[in-house]
Amino acid sequence: MILAPIMFYLFALVAIASGVMVVTARNPVHSVLFLILAFFNAAGLFVLMGAEFLAMILVIVYVGAVAVLFLFVVMMLDIDFAQLRTGAMKYLPVGLAVGLILFAELVLVFGSWAISPIVSTVAAAPMPTAAGFSNTRALGNLLYTRYIFAFQAAGLILLVAMIGAIVLTLRHRVGTRRQVIAEQLARQRAETVEVVKVPVGAGVAAEAGVGAAE
Amino acid sequence: MLTIGLAHYLTVAAILFTLGIFGIFLNRKNVIIILMSIELMLLAVNINFVAFSVTLGDLVGQVFAMFVLTVAAAEAAIGLAILVVYFRNRGTIRVEDIRMMKG
Repeated sequence: MILAPIMFYLFALVAIASGVMVVTARNPVHSVLFLILAFFNAAGLFVLMGAEFLAMILVIVYVGAVAVLFLFVVMMLDIDFAQLRTGAMKYLPVGLAVGLILFAELVLVFGSWAISPIVSTVAAAPMPTAAGFSNTRALGNLLYTRYIFAFQAAGLILLVAMIGAIVLTLRHRVGTRRQVIAEQLARQRAETVEVVKVPVGAGVAAEAGVGAAE
Repeated sequence: MLTIGLAHYLTVAAILFTLGIFGIFLNRKNVIIILMSIELMLLAVNINFVAFSVTLGDLVGQVFAMFVLTVAAAEAAIGLAILVVYFRNRGTIRVEDIRMMKG
C-alpha cells in the first residue's frame, strides 16, 4: 500500500527536476537527455494511473523517435550555444513572473473545481472493469471503432509530416554523380555505339576517340 | 498525503506546464530549447488528459492523449526540419535573426 505513493513521489519529483534541468542546462545535449528522463518518469506516472498502453507509446514515440531526433539535430548543427545563452538572465524575472502567475491561475482553477457526482454516469466510453480486459484492449476497441476516422486522420498527419520533413531537408548537391534512371532509359543506340572501319596497321588512337580514325 | 488522487497528478502537470512556459522565456534565443519546452508542455497536457480519464472512468481521455502525442511528434519533426533548413541557409538559429518575412 505504501509503495504506490512512494513511487508517485519518486516519479513526480524526478520528472519535475529533469524538467527544470531541460530549461536551465547549459549544454543542449544535456537538455535532450534530461527531456528523455522526464518522459521516462511521465511514463512511470502513466503506469501508476493504469494507462499502460499510453506509457509504452510515450516511451516508444518520445524516447525512441522525438528525443533521438532532437539529439541528432543538436549534434548535427554546428552552433555556438554559449553565444545563444548570453542575456538569458535578462529574461529570468519576466519568465519567473509569467510562470508563477500561470501556475497560480492553474492552482486557482483546479483547486476550486469540483467534479459533479453524475459525471461518471455520463461517460462517453466507460472504462471496462471486467477482469482480463486490459487497458490496451479497451483502448483498441474504442480506437478502431468509434474513433476510426480520427485515427486515420492521425495517420495522415504523420504521413504529411514525414513527407514535409523529407521535402524540406532534401537537397541535391552539385558535383556529385547520381544515377538518373530516365536518362539511362532514354539512351539510343545511335548515340552510344559506332561502327568504325579500322585501316590495316593504323589502329585507332585511344585518346583521339572514334572520330579520328576516319 | 498518502492517497494519491487527481489533485496530485494535476499539480505535477501544472508544474511541468509552467516549466515549459518558463523555458520559452528563459531561452528566447535558442529555438531547439523552445521546441523542447513545447514538448514539455504537451507532456503536461497529456498527464492532465490521462489523470482525468482515469478519475472519471472515461477512456476517451486516453484516446485523445494519443492524438496529442501524434500531433506532438509531427510538430517536432516539421519544426526540426525547418530548423535544419534555416541553419543551412543562414548559419544561425538565433530567434531574433528570423525576420526575413517581416515587411
